[in-house]
Amino acid sequence: MHIHSGTDTAHAGHHGDHHGHHQQSFVAKYVFSMDHKTIAKQFLITGIVWAIIGGLFSVLFRLQLGYPEQSFPILETFFGNWAKGGQIQPEFYYALITMHGTVLVFFVLTAGLSGTFANFLIPLQIGARDMASPFLNMLSYWFFFMASVVMISSLFISTGPASGGWTVYPPLSALGQASSGSKLGMDLWIVSMALFVVSSLLGGLNYITTILNQRTKGMSMTRLPLTIWALFFTAVLGVLSFPVLLSGLILLLMDRNLGTSFYLSDIVVNGEILPNEGGSAILFQHLFWFLGHPEVYIILLPAMGMVSEILSVNSRKPIFGYMAMLGSLFAITILAFLVWAHHMFVTGLNPFLGSIFVLLTLLIAVPSAIKVFNWLTTLWRGNIRFTPATLFAIGFVSLFISGGLTGIFLGNSTIDIHLHDTMFVVAHFHIVMGVASFFGMFAGVYHWFPKMFGRYLNSTLGYIHFWVTMIGSYLIFWPMHYQGLAGIPRRYLDKRGWVSFNGFPELDKMITIVSIIVFAVQLMFVFNFIYSIFKGRKVTNKNPWEANTLEWTTPLRPGHGNWDGEIPEVHRWAYDYAKDGRDFIPQTEPIGENESKH
Amino acid sequence: MQTFFIVAILGLGFLITFQIAKASEYVAVLRGEEKARKQTNKVNAFMLLAFLIIGLIGVYYCNEKLKGKILGEAASDHGVLIDRMLYITIALTGIVFIITQVCLFWFSFKYQESDKRKAYYYPHNNKLELIWTVIPAIALTVLVGFGLFYWFKITGNSPKDSMVVEVTGSQFKWEFRYPGKDKILGKKYFKKTDEAKGNPMGQLWDDPANHDDVYNPGEMHLVVNKPVHLVINAKDVIHDVGLAHFRMKMDAVPGTPTTMWFTPKYTTKQMIEKTGKPEFVYELSCDQMCGKGHYSMRAVVIVETQEEFDAWMASKKPQYIVANPDKGSSEPKKDSVISKVPVVGAPVAMKTKN
Repeated sequence: MHIHSGTDTAHAGHHGDHHGHHQQSFVAKYVFSMDHKTIAKQFLITGIVWAIIGGLFSVLFRLQLGYPEQSFPILETFFGNWAKGGQIQPEFYYALITMHGTVLVFFVLTAGLSGTFANFLIPLQIGARDMASPFLNMLSYWFFFMASVVMISSLFISTGPASGGWTVYPPLSALGQASSGSKLGMDLWIVSMALFVVSSLLGGLNYITTILNQRTKGMSMTRLPLTIWALFFTAVLGVLSFPVLLSGLILLLMDRNLGTSFYLSDIVVNGEILPNEGGSAILFQHLFWFLGHPEVYIILLPAMGMVSEILSVNSRKPIFGYMAMLGSLFAITILAFLVWAHHMFVTGLNPFLGSIFVLLTLLIAVPSAIKVFNWLTTLWRGNIRFTPATLFAIGFVSLFISGGLTGIFLGNSTIDIHLHDTMFVVAHFHIVMGVASFFGMFAGVYHWFPKMFGRYLNSTLGYIHFWVTMIGSYLIFWPMHYQGLAGIPRRYLDKRGWVSFNGFPELDKMITIVSIIVFAVQLMFVFNFIYSIFKGRKVTNKNPWEANTLEWTTPLRPGHGNWDGEIPEVHRWAYDYAKDGRDFIPQTEPIGENESKH
Repeated sequence: MQTFFIVAILGLGFLITFQIAKASEYVAVLRGEEKARKQTNKVNAFMLLAFLIIGLIGVYYCNEKLKGKILGEAASDHGVLIDRMLYITIALTGIVFIITQVCLFWFSFKYQESDKRKAYYYPHNNKLELIWTVIPAIALTVLVGFGLFYWFKITGNSPKDSMVVEVTGSQFKWEFRYPGKDKILGKKYFKKTDEAKGNPMGQLWDDPANHDDVYNPGEMHLVVNKPVHLVINAKDVIHDVGLAHFRMKMDAVPGTPTTMWFTPKYTTKQMIEKTGKPEFVYELSCDQMCGKGHYSMRAVVIVETQEEFDAWMASKKPQYIVANPDKGSSEPKKDSVISKVPVVGAPVAMKTKN
């Protein structure tokens, strides 16, 4: 198998000519592929499978929240004792929310999102034939696959999967006596996450190396599309923070199995007195959130990058304030490492330390605001084409505003005392990082699907998908803020035993119904996705969106190596739209003699 | 059967949608993609505008409908500060929310594709960018300033005259301990925990400070207008003392005691009158995921007058007497073992930090 080097432009033509003639076996081409485009598709499809599973979990627990008194015999048919009498049992409920969080945060919005688009876009947009190390890239996917297998298998053991919340705080996650989900299921969770961290490190190192070393001639760092910058910072965040999670999890594994006391002290569980003394349960939270907060930006930044690109292309205008966008990405990356303890204001953290984290947390709103204003100005006086991708990008901005502003509530420790761990938090992070990142991901899929598969997604289904998801997301998550303001703690599966929290039964029903509809529409998207791969309308134009970036200079269905001839040379930044009266000027076009400077 | 019908109808609906979607794609190809695109463009632009208008009305409606259901007036003096901070933030972010959302959807509608207009080449404007860096920075400085001013007030030292209550969470119940007349919580050690022998908190009986400590599970009594200093513990996993009406919250961490203090403003009876709900009761909820019973980990808080509190306290026997019935009187004898132990070796009683 040929592995092409992106910088090696002198030989590129020679390589390219050979390209179509290699007969690769099915396994080499589709399974253990080293082509970054195939690996991207593997990440995407695995991510979609996970998203369906994770989404299904949320529908199940929404049933419980909306209809706590009702029995659904069909659930007992499928889940047996976990849904005895057709009602979701507490252990099952907590397993569902834990797996929903783990799956969506890590397997879908980290691996599925950056795995897909970093792999697909980095070589194509910087002008490289493949990643710096295609082999490590392949390993990255297969470690992710192994992590998936282990996580899936944990769903089928008798004590159930991990059920202490996706943040797996010890001692709950450390003590099998405290929760049946903390038995074998928790060990499998840790093993799966360890494999996942390896996958993400292999990927991240590759992305960074590729972006720094494999850019084509003329592609200086400030000519890179913002997608690439966003993916670059995402990789930096991952490489620096995932190892900390891994070390935290290894200590947890030792506490569980080797009798150490890193996180355990003074414990009497169900009358059993444990020997552990001197550990700190809070230590784990520091280690976890040192990844956990950057993780939020690992999820968000790729979406931001793609939204910047898609809004610019479809409003036929340059992205406004490229350098400011870059600066704010950089600022967010730095600050992402300095705000983790805002998840811990009420853990007994020293109030003075808390105040520092308030300051740093609210500081992050400044670069976020810059990004929003720049997106708005990009739309201003544009000539906007509403492709499904554009709509999802606009939806992303709307959600990012809504969810970002509620972050100002939670980042302020005074208000956080009341709102911490309530439904307000659930509403906030689902809007700002869950749904918003999904919108970024959808925008990316609709936009680059023609490049991935040589066919279009059906856009009518795309519009239905957008509108139902947009309206539905707000209907689901907006009212949850009020539940949070009323003090309703998150992870309460039945509020009927409470006088204070029992005020919203109709609202909970409404949210459940809407979430089922939204989930059904996602299935429709998946259908559209699969159908269009095989039967979608064929792409006949190399550059269907009339965009400037390099991926649209490749053949309709590029082989391994991406360009048939030489890798094109780059002469300008990616955002020369509407310049000098011309609709768009591709990056490959040399600067004209009379061209104005920007 | 009903399920079958629902599934069948959904499937049929989906099939129809899909056929329409396919057909519209063919029509678009036949009529010319350019033309079809322009038409859907108009529809979507209009929808975006409609979404904005209906959405803003929806936000208003949601607010009107639900604001009565969120908690009423804060029932502690700290809660008042927290609510004030909340309203300042709502006002400020509300303005930003409306302006930015209106801009987003209005621009999308106004600048939809049109043959009459060319997009405006506008790559940057340093002055503008500086302005919208500085303005959010100033707004956030205001929020941080207010926030930290209140934060240090709330997390500062409790007043000297505070009453002390120890709260202990375990799966899935709350237990409370009162220091008794000496106002000192006696020392405890988790390995001495023994519910069968009447020592659920692991109190060390040779500490005289323990002899008058009162143990009471499931119900916390507080005195109105008297600051209370909570000493918070957990036995097994992390719990969280959530007092929504008082707007207070603090984790209960095994091995690391935490504290918080506040002053209840209204007795339970006053709150019943204020809210007009006879079933009203202050509730203490567990706000940190703690296992399968998390959602039902509840305790009741009763705020009462000093007289009512004293009467209740007088009715309680110190746990020392409950656990050691042979010791008889609640007053430890002057020459008990512990008083002969040199001061250095004596267990240090947990005091409030003043």
